[in-house]
Amino acid sequence: MSKIIEGLKYSESHEWVKVDGNVAVIGVSDFAQKEMGDITYVDVPDVDDEVAAGEEFGALESVKAASDLISPVSGTVVAVNEELEDAPEKINEDAYASWIIKVEMSDPSELDELMDAAAYKAHIGE
Amino acid sequence: MAHPYLPHTEADIRAMLERIGVKTLDDLYADVPELCRKKGAYALPDAMSEQEIRDCFAALEAMNARLKVFVGQGAYDHYTPSVIPYLTQRSEFITAYTPYQCEISQGTLRYIFEYQSMICELTGMDVANASMYDGPTAAAEAMMMCTASVRKKNRVLLSGTLLPHVLKVVETYARFHGVDLTVIPAEGGVTPLEAVKAELARDDVAGVIVPSINRYGIVEDHAGFAEAVHSVKALLVEYCDPSALAVVKTPGEWDADIAVGDGQPLGLPLSYGGPYVGFMAVKKDHMRKMPGRIVGQTADKQGRRAFVLTLQAREQHIKREKATSNICSNESLMALWVTIYLSLMGPEGLREVNRISADGAHYLHDELLKTGKFEEVFPGKPFLKEFVLKPKEDAAALQARLQKAGYLAALPTEEGYVSFCVTEKRTKEETDRLVAAVKEG
Repeated sequence: MSKIIEGLKYSESHEWVKVDGNVAVIGVSDFAQKEMGDITYVDVPDVDDEVAAGEEFGALESVKAASDLISPVSGTVVAVNEELEDAPEKINEDAYASWIIKVEMSDPSELDELMDAAAYKAHIGE
Repeated sequence: MAHPYLPHTEADIRAMLERIGVKTLDDLYADVPELCRKKGAYALPDAMSEQEIRDCFAALEAMNARLKVFVGQGAYDHYTPSVIPYLTQRSEFITAYTPYQCEISQGTLRYIFEYQSMICELTGMDVANASMYDGPTAAAEAMMMCTASVRKKNRVLLSGTLLPHVLKVVETYARFHGVDLTVIPAEGGVTPLEAVKAELARDDVAGVIVPSINRYGIVEDHAGFAEAVHSVKALLVEYCDPSALAVVKTPGEWDADIAVGDGQPLGLPLSYGGPYVGFMAVKKDHMRKMPGRIVGQTADKQGRRAFVLTLQAREQHIKREKATSNICSNESLMALWVTIYLSLMGPEGLREVNRISADGAHYLHDELLKTGKFEEVFPGKPFLKEFVLKPKEDAAALQARLQKAGYLAALPTEEGYVSFCVTEKRTKEETDRLVAAVKEG
């Protein structure tokens, strides 16, 4: 069983969002890290880059796959988790403690399109 | 036996077809659409016997003109120590396939690792790949790497002083990858920094490709280029003659992000155009976007030094259409050739090759001017082993009469100049005879 945290929003492509005022903290779900296997690299955008809901903002690389990261919201990147550059395995250790980017949202209503914990649980079939 | 050159007998073929359950060889192509299949006979001459073939090729070979080479333009007549073809033709090397299985490929992986290390040392960069097809395609790969690395910018600037065939190949790749290219015209025989800066100001440039030594043989001064290019977060690509890097500023010293070029000057014979080998080396920050194979050093279970293909998540078989490149191979045997050449020469030997070549080129340059048959085009501009002059006679006619006299020299350029080159293989006597042939016209 994959860990799913109540109170977070989830996308179909397995990103989670924690809403902090107007800032969306974005990571990938425990289900996603299990599917990827040992993560070896996280490709992230730069601070001040624009991201758009439904569009790729980076990628995860593991020993067996490379997978795009899809932004659940639109806005401007205000922070990237630099710790992941040297320690990408932190996502495997705790996917919810290892945020990837923080985005200043330009349209918070996009959050309504995302799933809650129960809907995400059903989405991954667990 | 069906044919002396084909190893399978009719009985072998029948047995194999029977085993897999098809009736004829043509049945194996059932999945190829009818439209794509060749109908009727091939327009080929009748098969020849072994002796007829030997005679046929000997006659073709006898038609080759054995010219003394006094041109370069990207392919240089440097000396090949005879130990290189001897070693590279060993069956362990010449029949080896891609070293996917590191357990049985330590020899191949080891020499590729040595090759990469030497390319890094020559270019002053951090990480080199296992090699590419040739210099021009390596430049095209660098272009794609620029647009893959710099988000949302799709324009790449090319110096008009790059070799003509490099420009053409990069333009071809750009057309099919949707990259917007701008060629910066040369000023005074070099890439003008101010013109580059003006283009960078439009804030849509992902990369700039400039030659270390350009199509006129001029050693370019790239002071200020990296700073300007990096100020708009674009990448600087240096296209280099790796042999010359022993004596001119390296891409690392110019603070470039990517170094590419053709490995041919490192002892590969001219061979009518190939096989050559491309090289690419990058700063560590960019290694994730670098195309091609990379061999890395690690330790096995018992802690012994071992080599593996590494960082494969960048490559097409894992990253699919998001990969920077679809190159899935390297030019391994030629990379081995380069590795042996560099091991034999060492830094001192490579400097010596450049010193002798440069002495010869400057001597030829001065002697040609003394004939009164040429004008200087770029007076005072530094050159190493190659230079251009403006002939007072027709460029093509000059080349033709020198060819008749036994020299490949005075190659006409697009601009109406003629290009000359001297390597360490040309003696003073040969050079004097070439100058005498020039005078005779």
